[in-house]
Amino acid sequence: MTAVELEKHDESTPERGEPVLRVTDLEKYFPIRSRLLKRTIGNVKAVDGVSFEVYGGEVLGLVGESGCGKSTTGRAVLNLQPATAGSVQFEGRELVGLSRRKMRPLRRNFQLVFQDPYASLDPRMQVHAIVAEPLVIHKVAHGKELRKRVGELLQLVGLNPEHASRYPHEFSGGQRQRIGIARSLALHPRLLILDEPVSALDVSIQAGVINLLDDLRHELGLSYVFIAHDLSVVKHISDRIAVMYLGKIVEIADTKELFARPAHPYTQALLSAIPLPDPERERTRRRILLEGDLPSPANPPSGCNFRTRCFKFQTLGESDQAKCISEEPELGDRGIGHENACHFATVEQALI
Amino acid sequence: MVAVSDSDVRPEASGPGARDETLLLEVDSLSVSFSAKIHAVRGVSYQLRRGETLGIVGESGSGKSVTSLAVMGLLDKNARVRGSVKFKGRELLGANDKAMSRVRGKGVAMIFQDPMTSLDPVYKIGRQITETLKVHDRKLSRRAARARAVELLEIVGIPNARQRVDNFPHEFSGGMRQRVVIAIAMANNPDVIIADEPTTALDVTVQATVLEAIKAAQQETGAALVLITHDLGVIAGMVDRVLVMYGGRAVETGSVDDVFYRPRMPYTVGLLNSLPRMDTDERVRLIPIGGTPPSLANMPPGCPFTPRCPLAIDECSNAEPELMETDGSEPHFAACIRSEELRGQDRYQAGEVFGVEPEAIPTELVQSFEAEALADQASLAEEETKDEAQRSETSS
Repeated sequence: MTAVELEKHDESTPERGEPVLRVTDLEKYFPIRSRLLKRTIGNVKAVDGVSFEVYGGEVLGLVGESGCGKSTTGRAVLNLQPATAGSVQFEGRELVGLSRRKMRPLRRNFQLVFQDPYASLDPRMQVHAIVAEPLVIHKVAHGKELRKRVGELLQLVGLNPEHASRYPHEFSGGQRQRIGIARSLALHPRLLILDEPVSALDVSIQAGVINLLDDLRHELGLSYVFIAHDLSVVKHISDRIAVMYLGKIVEIADTKELFARPAHPYTQALLSAIPLPDPERERTRRRILLEGDLPSPANPPSGCNFRTRCFKFQTLGESDQAKCISEEPELGDRGIGHENACHFATVEQALI
Repeated sequence: MVAVSDSDVRPEASGPGARDETLLLEVDSLSVSFSAKIHAVRGVSYQLRRGETLGIVGESGSGKSVTSLAVMGLLDKNARVRGSVKFKGRELLGANDKAMSRVRGKGVAMIFQDPMTSLDPVYKIGRQITETLKVHDRKLSRRAARARAVELLEIVGIPNARQRVDNFPHEFSGGMRQRVVIAIAMANNPDVIIADEPTTALDVTVQATVLEAIKAAQQETGAALVLITHDLGVIAGMVDRVLVMYGGRAVETGSVDDVFYRPRMPYTVGLLNSLPRMDTDERVRLIPIGGTPPSLANMPPGCPFTPRCPLAIDECSNAEPELMETDGSEPHFAACIRSEELRGQDRYQAGEVFGVEPEAIPTELVQSFEAEALADQASLAEEETKDEAQRSETSS
């Protein structure tokens, strides 16, 4: 039977114009203070020099495991947690260093959607009030106009506008996440940062929310930064994917390219570790197992910060290993065809 | 070195041919209700043979965890458990705590989801393992118990086990803690290990190593495994047979290949279709299952999946269907009166049973949204110029 293929955006790659969001060398350090004198004795380098661009109508997936800094990146981009260093430009305007007051009028342009739909909605507010709040704060609409807009927003996310007088507890997880999305759309943002938007939902519900996000960005021309740990979800929705490890981007490529030709050992391990709902494939798949644990971001390894768990590092000769230990690999092409941060990057195929 | 259990006869492989036919665990029409209204589990039956792996899959609230807690006799007093759970032919339901304690750990061991809450933060890892060993073998010397603890940690892949045995749980990462829990579960060579969402709290690369540790534990002890998870990918790679739960009942059971490639219950079809697939290049629209799972306190009459089922007919709401045999390479059962119509089909394409969701957003909504966006932008620009003008006025 016919499957609906989403090819609308496929031809849009060559002409991208100016990026909506340009992040350059973003750093977010959290100071560690001594117990007695509260002097800074070190830093947790949650985000340590991250650069990427997001173009109009594009979805950039940001993946990595817990503690890799993907959520902190999202928050630092929105200036919710001021960045330590680096630059974030939204449509050419610098955001880093702006005061809260200066940020407020800009905030309508980019919104955050949170992970947990049970925690992100105030249980004592009616849905109408929740969705209307941004419109009221930014004095965009009031009275009849406000009610009309809230109704439209609820319809936009597939909810019945007659349910606006209900409270969040009367909705299921998937519906609550839709309410959160309606709220984030209220001010007509051009960029949404979605932080694990479907991770808390059951699979049968998750699919509906993913479809909604896909529709919204095509219909409304939105750009997304889609933060998630689930690579199959990220693959489904993203045009490009950046893989993060310990506060840095280790590989960034178009979705198809990244899955077909992963070059960084961490990306390869990540792809091979994801279980597929296909018994025959699972029985024959090659799995790259990583040893050890994520190093502390307060004291990352020298040189390449993945080398302590890298399976490739162990097979290298001594002089090559010395390079991994002393020299930090920058993001670069290295003859691969997309950006990666491994001195000895080689393409591995057939990991899925 | 330690308590040799009767699991010395280990099956060579867990494939269907090599399976030992002795029944270890027989669960028969198990029902669990909390108060008169909430029926969490409604008549679940399964059998487990030596060396076999059974996967129980379902969404939150489907009763998969309560089922295994009932098997272990770990439910609260307010839970009413009916039916029968036999371990090696002996009834466990209604057994007193002393008798159950002899079975728990040695006969049937359990791995829980959250390794932080299943380990005691104030005791060293080693002590928590030796405690389990000594409960079932009082004559075991301290030295032997410790040596066994180190050996167990090595089996589950903890580096420097000899030193790590003296660490506290907080000194371990999540994946390492879960491996310690696995080591404790396999300590007494149990016949059955029940793992309840053992990797849900973990990252994928860690999940891969923990699943390897579970496989190692299973190989070492020859235990049968019940793996409970909502992750169909984990199920696909780990188990021989699958039991799909929905609304407190088993709605489909069969070999993993039959259930994944020849699902005969619409819910299973929907579940498999709603997953985004990493292994295909084309972007196909996902097919969600409409509606929400039933509330356990307020079950619809008849088949609990009726309100969400694309194949539902009036008859479906009359009576709840029993598991009925359907086609497959091995015994394969589905609880659906219309499963006949799904017969003979292999690997459903997206949208075949559930139909593709219509375009969610009506055009007029999009148009008015865009018009408002433009209007707002204009008014914002106006305000900004006003602000600028004011500022230049005050400065001059």
